[in-house]
Amino acid sequence: MMVALEARPEPSRLMAWASPLLAAAATVVAGFVLFSLLGKNPVDAFVVFFIEPVATRYGVGELLLKASPLMLCALGLAIGYRANVWNIGAEGQLTIGAICGGGLALWLPQLNGALLLPLMIAAGAAGGIAWAAIPAWLRTRFNANEILTSLMLVYIALLALSYLVQGPWRDPEGFNFPQSSLFGDNALLPLLLPGTRLNVGFLLAVAVIAAGWLFTARTLAGFRMRVAGLAPRAARYAGISAERTVWIGMLVGGATAGIAGVGEVAGPIGQLLPSISPGYGFAAIIVAFVGRLHPLGIALASLLMSLLYLGGEAAQIGLELPSAITRLFQGMLLFFLLAADVSIGYRLRFRRSPGAAGAAAESPAR
Amino acid sequence: MIDHAVTLFALTIAAGTVLVFAALGELVTEKAGVLNLGVEGMMLVGAVGAFIVADETGHNWIGVLAGTLAGGALSLIFGVLTLSLMANQVAAGLALSLFGIGLSTFVGLGHVGHVVDPIAPLALPALSGLPIVGRLLFAHSPFVYLSLLLFVLVQWFLFGTRAGLILRAIGESPQSAHAIGHQVIAVRYAAVAFGGACAGLSGAYMALAYAPMWTEGMTAGRGWIALALVVFANWKPWRVLAGAYLFGAVTLVQFQAQAMGVAVPSQFLAMLPYAATIVVLALISRDATAIRLNAPTSLGRPFHADA
Amino acid sequence: MEAAPVPRLTLSGITKRFPAVVANDGIDLTVMPGEIHAVLGENGAGKSTLVKIVYGIVRPDAGTICWNGEAVVIDSPAKARALGIGMVFQQFSLFETLTVAENIALALDKSRGGRELDARIRETSARYGLALDPRRHVHTLSVGERQRVEIVRCLLQTPDLLIMDEPTSVLAPAAIDKLFGTLRRLAAEGCSILYISHKLDEIRALCDSATVLRAGRVTGDCDPRRQSSAYLARLMIGHDLPHPQHRAATARGDGLLEVRNLSLAAEDPFGTDLSDIDLRVGGGEIVGIAGISGNGQQELVAALAGERPVDAADAIVVNGIPAGRLDAAARRALGLCYVPEERDGHGAVPEMSLEENVLLTAYGQQLVTRQGLIRQRAVRAFAQATISRFDVRTAGPQAAARSLSGGNLQKFIVGREVLQGPRVMIAAQPTWGVDIGASAEIRQALIDLRDAGVAVLLVSEELDELFEVCDKVAVMTQGRLSPVKAIRDTNAEELGLLMGGSFVAPEVPSSRAVRERP
Repeated sequence: MMVALEARPEPSRLMAWASPLLAAAATVVAGFVLFSLLGKNPVDAFVVFFIEPVATRYGVGELLLKASPLMLCALGLAIGYRANVWNIGAEGQLTIGAICGGGLALWLPQLNGALLLPLMIAAGAAGGIAWAAIPAWLRTRFNANEILTSLMLVYIALLALSYLVQGPWRDPEGFNFPQSSLFGDNALLPLLLPGTRLNVGFLLAVAVIAAGWLFTARTLAGFRMRVAGLAPRAARYAGISAERTVWIGMLVGGATAGIAGVGEVAGPIGQLLPSISPGYGFAAIIVAFVGRLHPLGIALASLLMSLLYLGGEAAQIGLELPSAITRLFQGMLLFFLLAADVSIGYRLRFRRSPGAAGAAAESPAR
Repeated sequence: MIDHAVTLFALTIAAGTVLVFAALGELVTEKAGVLNLGVEGMMLVGAVGAFIVADETGHNWIGVLAGTLAGGALSLIFGVLTLSLMANQVAAGLALSLFGIGLSTFVGLGHVGHVVDPIAPLALPALSGLPIVGRLLFAHSPFVYLSLLLFVLVQWFLFGTRAGLILRAIGESPQSAHAIGHQVIAVRYAAVAFGGACAGLSGAYMALAYAPMWTEGMTAGRGWIALALVVFANWKPWRVLAGAYLFGAVTLVQFQAQAMGVAVPSQFLAMLPYAATIVVLALISRDATAIRLNAPTSLGRPFHADA
Repeated sequence: MEAAPVPRLTLSGITKRFPAVVANDGIDLTVMPGEIHAVLGENGAGKSTLVKIVYGIVRPDAGTICWNGEAVVIDSPAKARALGIGMVFQQFSLFETLTVAENIALALDKSRGGRELDARIRETSARYGLALDPRRHVHTLSVGERQRVEIVRCLLQTPDLLIMDEPTSVLAPAAIDKLFGTLRRLAAEGCSILYISHKLDEIRALCDSATVLRAGRVTGDCDPRRQSSAYLARLMIGHDLPHPQHRAATARGDGLLEVRNLSLAAEDPFGTDLSDIDLRVGGGEIVGIAGISGNGQQELVAALAGERPVDAADAIVVNGIPAGRLDAAARRALGLCYVPEERDGHGAVPEMSLEENVLLTAYGQQLVTRQGLIRQRAVRAFAQATISRFDVRTAGPQAAARSLSGGNLQKFIVGREVLQGPRVMIAAQPTWGVDIGASAEIRQALIDLRDAGVAVLLVSEELDELFEVCDKVAVMTQGRLSPVKAIRDTNAEELGLLMGGSFVAPEVPSSRAVRERP
């Protein structure tokens, strides 16, 4: 018996939807195995990891809170990925966005919140855009690979933040800790749900998802981005500018990541710290793929990813497992998704033996 | 003065060697037409694997072997996804990096802060003691000589053997290679595994000789720099070597400047290797013709025999 | 009594199914030693699948192969070569960045090149009149030279059977004669040749026997030298060859495409530079551009259609407006429509539905609102209109482009462009790889456009096609264009000479790309 892959005449729409669910299920199963190997009761561990974190109102608030930056970053990335523009530097763009938005909060502490918060968001978006413009420019001007340049800029952004909070922006009354002073209430996003930390940043993320859907599904510009990704020659034929595609793909990602950065510092953190994101910018890459680069899918995948973050934190306390287990689950999720995705373009076919050229041994495949 | 220069030279070589291993491996993978962006993840898993085994067994070289195998094993996940299941190579490579970072952090937690006796530099009774020449040529870490041997082997394999010719041909046109009867998928698996093993070896060198310790994310982007280095080198092994040492020197500027008390915040100095990578990439990528002639034409594209 | 000679190759009952189609259905075929045996059939009849089975690239679902009287299983090209089978591919299996010698070494079972191989290459190529320099890189060779590499690569293994898959599609007429000479000589030395083609005249000139395929089945075996072209055509397509209605140009439209002194360095280092192109296509006429592929036609078409804008705005004038700097979308707005050479990934996005493929170029036909929103219903109506007006066989407007056969997808692309009401139309190899029925419909569509006053530019490698539909013709060689001639003032022989470059002043060959000169 041999398994072979046979190209489907048309990609399977069913599998395109089923594949992320399969991947999520496989990740849970792998979790069971992992927990067992670590000597934990897998059922208990499952409950601690996946159920308990969202069993309370506060927990649901946390779920949505952590899903917000993921939604923002992943949507922006997906716009680019659809066009084969591989921005993997959302973490850096998020960081610069946080610096710009947070800087504004430190600079104008007296400003009215109704004015300050929109300014902070705009500054964050502008910062993210500026940071994403570097790889976009290098790609369009010098043909430099944006994967590598956008990633290098993550390290530079993190070092810049580290410099600021240890140097000029360090809280003079902060006992020499590397952190800025706390923002005033005017620079904090209003809470949305009493008894939780969920803030209006979530609504912003939902709005961005909706706008993303309109762009990708209903506009000519969104359609053209997808053509550029699927068939560059056809894009040129249709008069779609490759440079414009790169610029849009990068800058949208930069803007949303920058906004996500402001959402963190003006939300649950409330100040600038050396580390403001537990890898949201990288996790968003996974979210974008698991969400099929589709805005609605991204919204759902963000919830799943957020749950993995919460589960990791719960596992640290409830199971005495390192929170790094979250990263492990994230990676596995993407592996399983990529593996399951093969079923979209191909169907599995079983052959009896590898080279029986004479024998009419083929069972009808359909 | 000369003494100081010799020290700088040795440190440059030591820093560059991390990249030599990883970039030579990735070069072979890419020459077969496969773009594996998982170098950072494979290096970390190699580093943690090497460190744990050395820490537990007390035998450093068994650790090196373990790290190399761990890198190779991890790369096979990528191989299955992209070669057998035809997944997008960019996505699978990113997944590998993210997974490798998570896995190494997870399994390495119990070993943070442990100390192993590092693998010492070469000490040849007669040669290493020679003035200047001894330290220039005969007193490096054994890994340095290993990396040079690897360079010679890769150069010879790619451009001096039939197997290397087949690998390059597959990287240019897997369809043509398949049509005249070469085993595209098998060769690509081998190339991916080789790249993974080299990345693992690079990690082992970091954890057991260069650093020597285990900390979370200790490669600090060197896997990505190695990827850039392959582009910088225009897929030529000797330029990988030159580029790696160049980057080694850039890394060194950071420590030197700090040692000399230059009044620049350390963060800015730490940015240097990343900034240098960006600049170099931009300058090299500008020449589209050179890239077209040397880059494997099928790089990053999946291959399916029936298509 | 003398025993009957053992056939070199016997295929019986060869069957191969693909998901969408049965490519070969119970095929029987016999090739004798020293015989030149044609496999004749139109595009999509199953010829390529059949020879891939003989060469071990594709495995049959059923059937047996006998080699010199013994049943064999050919499960890889290496096995085929070991038996003594060589193959020259239609789309060459060469590696552009490698040298001729390296390319040849790759197909031999052990060699990795070197002096000894160089000497063997020189010897074999001299013996069969196929001049080759083993040290040259393949990307510097002309298409004809590349074919020689493939042939020499086979001959070095002294094959008993040589498979040639549509070998003449890339050759100038003079080079075709030369190739036939080589093949006849090989046959006289005892090598059998399996010659795959859809060109009736060639097969009648060269082959000793023919097996005709239609839709995956054998429809006849014959001696092509004794049969008329009409008879072979009926076996091949099931009815007489269609001929479009060609009348002298009557209408005078206002469409106009002018090219003045267009020179352009190639973007791809392996491409062809354009030099001093002058051309005028008026409304109500079809101007053809003949030439062997790789002589700059792709570069010219890309420049004319705006896929690659040029610096001088007035080097290209569309309907009186200087358009050199405009991109393809802006030129389309001026009334220039275009059918590119490649269907998959260029003229259409294979993964996208036909509806979405409509939007690719026809968005200007009120398919998008002023705010940039897509009007789904209008898009569907346009797709539906294209499908019904041009008889596109498909499940519907939502079917993926890649689910269509080559001919149907090409009809869809042509239809999409025609329905935009162009004033200038550029069609690059519109019938390449398309079945005869669809080809005839596409040619008719171009003629109808002309009769409606559109300026039509047709780039084609097929002289028959050009003579069938064009009013005027010019020849492209080494990035230059010959003066335009009225079609009735020229003939195939003259165009063949022009393709060889007879109008190009002798020049020092550039180091980068030297084109075919017979």
